Amino acid sequence: MNKKITSIMQYLQGMEIIESDLMDKVLALTAKYDYTRYKEKDVENALGTEVLSVADFAALLSPAASSYLEPMARKAKLETRKHFGNSVSLFTPLYISNYCENNCVYCGFNCQNKIQRGKLSLTEIENELKTIARTGLKEILILTGESRQQSAVAYIGEAVRLAKKYFSTIGIEIYSLNTDEYSYLQQCGADFVSVYQETYNPESYEKSHLNGPKRIYPYRFNAQERAIRAGMRGVSFGALLGLDDFRKDAFAAGVHAYLLQQKYPHAEISFSVPRLRPYINRADNNPKNVHEPQLLQVMLAYRLFMPFAGITISTRESARFRDNVIGMAATKISAGVKVGVGGHDTEAKGDEQFEISDPRAVDAIHQMILAQGMQPVYTDYIRL
Amino acid sequence: MNDKLIIGGHEFQSRFILGSGKFSLEMTKVVIENGGVEMATVALRRANVDGEENILDYIPGNITLLPNTSGARTAEEAVRIARLAREIGCGDFIKIEVISDSKYLLPDNYETIKATEILAKEGFIVMPYMYPDLNVARALVNAGAAVVMPLGAPIGSNKGLLTGEFIKILVDEIALPIIVDAGIGRPSQACEAMEMGVAAVMANTAIATARDVALMAKAFKLAIEAGRGAYLAELGRVLDSRADASSPLTGFLED
Repeated sequence: MNKKITSIMQYLQGMEIIESDLMDKVLALTAKYDYTRYKEKDVENALGTEVLSVADFAALLSPAASSYLEPMARKAKLETRKHFGNSVSLFTPLYISNYCENNCVYCGFNCQNKIQRGKLSLTEIENELKTIARTGLKEILILTGESRQQSAVAYIGEAVRLAKKYFSTIGIEIYSLNTDEYSYLQQCGADFVSVYQETYNPESYEKSHLNGPKRIYPYRFNAQERAIRAGMRGVSFGALLGLDDFRKDAFAAGVHAYLLQQKYPHAEISFSVPRLRPYINRADNNPKNVHEPQLLQVMLAYRLFMPFAGITISTRESARFRDNVIGMAATKISAGVKVGVGGHDTEAKGDEQFEISDPRAVDAIHQMILAQGMQPVYTDYIRL
Repeated sequence: MNDKLIIGGHEFQSRFILGSGKFSLEMTKVVIENGGVEMATVALRRANVDGEENILDYIPGNITLLPNTSGARTAEEAVRIARLAREIGCGDFIKIEVISDSKYLLPDNYETIKATEILAKEGFIVMPYMYPDLNVARALVNAGAAVVMPLGAPIGSNKGLLTGEFIKILVDEIALPIIVDAGIGRPSQACEAMEMGVAAVMANTAIATARDVALMAKAFKLAIEAGRGAYLAELGRVLDSRADASSPLTGFLED
């Protein structure tokens, strides 16, 4: 049996502690957030407001707003078009390693899981990058499992340097780092960092992160702030919806992003909305389960609360859902996705983190965007 | 009538500058044609040179490219983007946008002045996007700007001439062409700006988000021309009958 390593609030040796009050503020606001108190008139007020307050955002995430999805969608579409025009950005993820030191109960890469582990050599990484680049993509997200042993910062840095040869925009979705490490990867060529808190509820976080460095809640929470301080251009926020009470988690992620942007006005903000799919054959569907309407409600609430923020829609969702949310709420869509280790150039070296629902290649996504009268955008960033 | 817009020694018949980046690319050409556009902005960060969906491939060759520095957060970054634009053959025009706020996208006037000074010295025809402030406009003139481009309202807001009174001050006090750069949401607002004496109007979102993009481009063209005509014709004095006093107010004067 694994012994629980420590309190989730106690930093491990080597983890940087920054002066910041963001976490206390987010936790305080989330603790107070009682979505049952919001009524229809609160939702209507929020919909009639131009610049939404945190209270308006709270109303849009409440059950009272679930019967307002259509007007929310209409307003969200207007806001998306105002801020992003007809553009929809394309990218793909590349998993370079799936070794992991964490024991997160919901994750396929969980270190207790007997899956095939793999890690790409630098040559293999370059071959993957070349193959992806041939599809026309210019933006890539480099991912690893969370293992400093197997995928060290220096290794990720080399992968980023290679990616810089073929791509104009590079993001990373890896374990949380100290500021100097983010700074190193930024110098290597990465400008965007995705870190997901999974759940913002500390009790639930503790129960679902049994072991490993990821268990340390505040270190993960402050990752975006360290990344911005390190010179990263943009950071992404999100909770794994369905792991805990999705309304409170979506609220916390939104407020986290909102407060960070207030503190660092230049930071580019984006959201992802991964969800644990509810078991459809279970009759006792929990009201906290995240079905498509709830997922859309979260996306629309993000869009209306922070109309300038990017929203990425994952291949976890169906082609039908993805095709309908671009231009309405989502601004970025992945294409030609493989979630095993590598797999673009040759057979994947390691097992997949989750199953994808939309396997379409770049060209198919491209055509779908055009068919909707929108514009596939391959590059929207200059590295300076 | 010889009424040309002159920017950095280049003459333009059209006073409608097209902001691009929010259209579908194949619509860009349609808008340019319907709007009688002669100058269009290009965000260099969107220029996917030799790649898919490169916006530069969709702008007709007779159009003057106005590359912008969108994405720059500091003067230094704007200068680097401008130099890159020149390197890839976008010419000497540069629209400076320095924005360090991701929420409202308001321009940073201080950094904009710094970038203008550096780029004007390097021979660029500098068109700086700014928040309308007379002192800043004067500093931009001194820094070598070719025009001054105040915002009417926040980018993409379609709110029109929220800063109209301040833009009018620039029109009255600054010898360079004043071009309204952001916020214009309707042809009537473009017309109003032109009537006020601005030299040209830039629009993007208002057209890109219209139901009929081509028709809206034409509507903007006509509105801009109408406003310009009204400005040149000089608006008539509106007589207010209440002010038409029957006995003269100055009739008491004797010697």
